[in-house]
Formats: sequence, structure tokens, C-alpha cells
Amino acid sequence: MRKIDAAIITETVHDLFLQANYFIGTDIFEQLKQRRELEESPIGKSVLTQIIKNNEIAAQEQLPICQDTGLAVLFIELGQEVAVVGGDLNEAINAGVSEACTNGYLRKSVVDDPLFDRLNTNNNTPAITHINIVPGNRIKITVTAKGFGSENMSRMKMLKPADGVEGVKNFVIQTAVDAGPNPCPPIIVGVGIGGTMEKAAILSKRALLRPLGQENQDPRYAALEREVLDEINKSGVGPAGLGGRTTALAVNIDYFPTHIAGLPVAVNICCHASRQAQKVL
Amino acid sequence: MDRAIKINPPVSTDEVRALQAGDNVLITGTIYTGRDMAHKRLVELLQAGKQLPIDLKGQFIYYVGPSPAKPGLAVGSAGPTTSYRLDPYTPALLELGLKGMIGKGTRSAEVIAAMKKHGAVYFGAVGGAAALISKSIKRAEVICYPDLGAEAVHKFYVEDFPAIVVIDSHGQNLYQTQPPQYKI
Repeated sequence: MRKIDAAIITETVHDLFLQANYFIGTDIFEQLKQRRELEESPIGKSVLTQIIKNNEIAAQEQLPICQDTGLAVLFIELGQEVAVVGGDLNEAINAGVSEACTNGYLRKSVVDDPLFDRLNTNNNTPAITHINIVPGNRIKITVTAKGFGSENMSRMKMLKPADGVEGVKNFVIQTAVDAGPNPCPPIIVGVGIGGTMEKAAILSKRALLRPLGQENQDPRYAALEREVLDEINKSGVGPAGLGGRTTALAVNIDYFPTHIAGLPVAVNICCHASRQAQKVL
Repeated sequence: MDRAIKINPPVSTDEVRALQAGDNVLITGTIYTGRDMAHKRLVELLQAGKQLPIDLKGQFIYYVGPSPAKPGLAVGSAGPTTSYRLDPYTPALLELGLKGMIGKGTRSAEVIAAMKKHGAVYFGAVGGAAALISKSIKRAEVICYPDLGAEAVHKFYVEDFPAIVVIDSHGQNLYQTQPPQYKI
């Protein structure tokens, strides 16, 4: 059994959360530049120019890309031959997020009770953590900083099997277009199909992690991704919702087996600042 | 891009009425910040018949909760938050003489009606351009509700803060007029 100290987890989460908040992925940065060249709307072009400039300043000066430095959502692949020692794994993760917020001048955006008190926890925790046990003796930690302008525009629906491909297509396109300017377009659209209600939602968030330009391995789903992206970009919503051809940068679909009676679909929307970083320990 | 119009709050109703949806503006002067909790408190004071801690006549409110300032900087990253969450509180503030809101995203029919009635304008700033926008914020101080942290009401002194008139005081709305031009 390989042992990994909880303090290493804290340090890794700390570094990854800062990295995610300051440095946009090169896939997104390149895609924004390509789309700016193709953008027909003058306002849209200007918005994309501001976003690109912003990402450059953030990286150069190590400033948060967005003031909403996000709720920390972690995906952890925990090797079954690893033992975390010297502390509680969840506490170690939260300590990493909290220390990153203090050391890195990130905003504290978490309230304790969602309905009644809504008091700020003042350390941006707890993080939301999805842990998968996998073979092997390593831990892969992916940290995302999820902004809520786009999270608020996400939806899920339990479709009927008879709704089929058309039903899924219409629901995803409708969700992205109805969101209009609110989720800070150009957006990235994560789609989870199948499983149960919560499985579809988690799939849709995980789909946002896939690098831009990488399609689903199943050609039918890849074709669906292309078609839905194309339709969303025909909507005219455009950068910042002020009109144009660039409404979404990508549609990433992940699927999972489901019940004979069901067709769950979740659509998780992310703004252009899709912030994530990962490391294997 | 058209040349930008310079604006210095506080502004008069006439100045606001002259602005048209699509105008690029550069704002220089004092603006206030406010998000969900601050708006809730301000409107609760009004409902209780009490005075507000800030005079909103002719002023602009920027919907923002900045990240903490690094040493040597006035403010952290400071881009707009989504405006519809403030819709329930906005008409009451427009009645008091608030002349502009800076945010991102759609506004309710009630807010737009109150903007037309009282003469006020809704500016859009680019969501997610928070580090870039912070460069135009030269000074920042907390005016009230420090317990709210990032959500406290700040007074910003801004120079050439870039924004675009998204909804003007006549009800012209770029969110409605622009996307159809690019719809295929």
C-alpha cells in the first residue's frame, strides 16, 4: 500500500486552485483567438478582444481571471492501493482551498446555510468533491473553479426514451440559447446523458473538463456534439449576448447506461473562463 | 468601434436621456458597488421608512463583488455579476434617483419600465474581463456593510471605465436588437 501524506494533498489542491484561477487553458485561449478572427459582429469582436486581453493580464500579473473565483469542485481518482495518512482527506482538500484563497487573494464566495442564514464561511469552503476509486497506486486530482453566473443557467430534465435524439438536441440547444447573456458567453456546454438524475448532473460537469477540440470517442455522440454546437452558434446570441457568431466554444457530451424507463439529460453551462488544473500524485 | 462617450457621474436626467443603446462609454468619477445582500438591506431600510447610508441621486451602481486586493493595488479583479438577481430591488432605487446600473445580462420588464419612467440607463461590462476592468478602478473604499465582505458597498473612483449602453432610458435593448441580426 502506497502512503500519501494528507499535507501533500493540501499543498497540491492549494497550488492547483491558484493555477486554475490565474491561467486560462491554452486550448481555450487559442480557441478564443480563432473565433475572434471569424466573428462578424463588431461588438462581438470587441468583447472577444477584451476577454483575450483579460486572460493575458491575469496570467502576467497573477490576478484572478474573474472576480468570481468560484466554488471549488474537485474530481479525484483515488487509486485503491493508496492510503492517505496523517489526516482526513476531505479536511486536507478544504485546507488547500482555504489557504489558496488567503494566499492568492481569491474571493470567498461560499455561504453556510443556503436558505436561511446565508452567512459567508469566510474561507471559500467546503469544496464539492467527487471521488472515484480506480485501480492503481496513484491519485489524480482535478481542481475546477466554478463560477455561478453560468452554474445558475444550467438545467436538468428527465426525458422520456421516446423523446430520443431530437428531444436531447432540443433541450440542450434551448438551455444554451435561453441562457442568453447571463452565463458570460462564449460558453462551454457540458452534457450528461443517462445514468440517474445525479449521475447525469455529475457527467455533465465532468464533460466540461474535456479539452476543447477533443470529441467524444463514439462517432454518433461526436456528430451530435458538432451539430448542437453549430445550432447554438446559429442563434446569434454572440459574445456577452450582444450579438454574433460566437455563442459557444464547445459542446462536450458524456453518457452512461441508464434504466429501461429513462433518458436523464443534464446541461452544465460554463462561462468562457472554464478554469481547471490537474496533477497526478 | 464607435468613439466612446465620456461620462462623469453624478449625471442629470438629460444626460441619461441622450444616451442610446449601443453607445460605448468611458466612465470617470465615483461609482458605488452593490450585490444581492447590500440591495436587500437598502430596500429593507426604505420599506421601514429609514434613510439610506448613501445618496443615490444621479449615481451609478456597479454590480460587483471584487476579489481581495493584492498589496499595492486598489482592488482585486472586478468584473460584473449577473444583473437579474437585483431586479426585485432595482425599481425602488430608481425611484430615489439612481441613474445607472452596470452589470451583465438581462433585466426584467419592471426594471426597464422604471428606467423609462425615471430616466436611467443600464450599462453592460464584459463578464469575465475582471482583471482588465480592475485597471480602471483607481481607488476603492468600503462605505457600508463591511460585514458582507466582497458584497459590502464600496465607493470606487474609476477612470475611463469601459462599458456599453445595453438598455437605454427609452427602452432600446441591445440584447433584443443585436442577436437577431446574427441569427441564421
